[in-house]
Amino acid sequence: MNNRIANWFRFASPQNFYPLAGRMWPLFATLSAVLCAAGLWLSFFVAPTDAQQGEGYRIIFVHVPASWLSMFIYLVMAAWAGLGLILNTRLSGMMASALAPTGALFAFLSLWTGALWGKPMWGAWWVWDARLTSELILLFLYLGFMALQAAIDDPRRADKAGAVLALVGVVNVPIIYFSVKWWNTLHQGASVSLTRSPSMAATMLVGMLVMALAFWMYAIAATLARVRCIILERERHTDWVKHALE
Amino acid sequence: MHWNSVSEFFAMGGYALYVWGSFGATALALAVEMWLIHRRRLQTLRTLRQDLATGGAAP
Repeated sequence: MNNRIANWFRFASPQNFYPLAGRMWPLFATLSAVLCAAGLWLSFFVAPTDAQQGEGYRIIFVHVPASWLSMFIYLVMAAWAGLGLILNTRLSGMMASALAPTGALFAFLSLWTGALWGKPMWGAWWVWDARLTSELILLFLYLGFMALQAAIDDPRRADKAGAVLALVGVVNVPIIYFSVKWWNTLHQGASVSLTRSPSMAATMLVGMLVMALAFWMYAIAATLARVRCIILERERHTDWVKHALE
Repeated sequence: MHWNSVSEFFAMGGYALYVWGSFGATALALAVEMWLIHRRRLQTLRTLRQDLATGGAAP
């Protein structure tokens, strides 16, 4: 009936998505590299020294984008997992599995760069504060999702079990996001470093956004490249994979 | 440009360990992930080609 919609649904099949992902990931990887170069230049050569934190504040350019991505990837992963649970499509579960390691990596980087920022500014690598603790729980949710999937042999059952875990864990994302408002915390609020002076706000904000965009494009590229491996592994007994290998 | 010399740039106003520890770890982590994905693809292809060559031994 509607050709355009029918064409998009075509890509819900792993067989059709596999070559599409193969064409798209280098594109996103290139975009990420370009944005990363621009972002690093803004971070180190355009953004001025901070009045209070000196050069130490420059950690913000990896810390904030990594934290955003760790939360955003979790939402996307849970959305794919939920879609798979409802529609029972094969690709959804594969996408959720492909997103988890990249999300876990960004959650880890958020904590790592946070520790390196906390030490000189607060005097501690770690505090059991609402923001930090909920981000640590996010990392454990990613690791739990991956461990649960790895423990179940049947991939379709693994998808279902993982999906339930992913969906229950979604409640943690708004907790991370609003933790600085809901609890009295050591972690600074979202806009603290952006409201000092208009000119500083602009270059710092732009640098942060460009780095976030670069990480985002990287996450898409990594996920697409990884889902191609997952598709091959799970569809290895089908004729199209055998033909693709020949 | 607010760096007067290369060494001043690397010193990061005394925060070298923290700033470079953050950017370095991030770069390393992304590089390792890309390498792992690349290795996984090569391994998958190798295993599948072996299966195919042995006449699809797996059920």
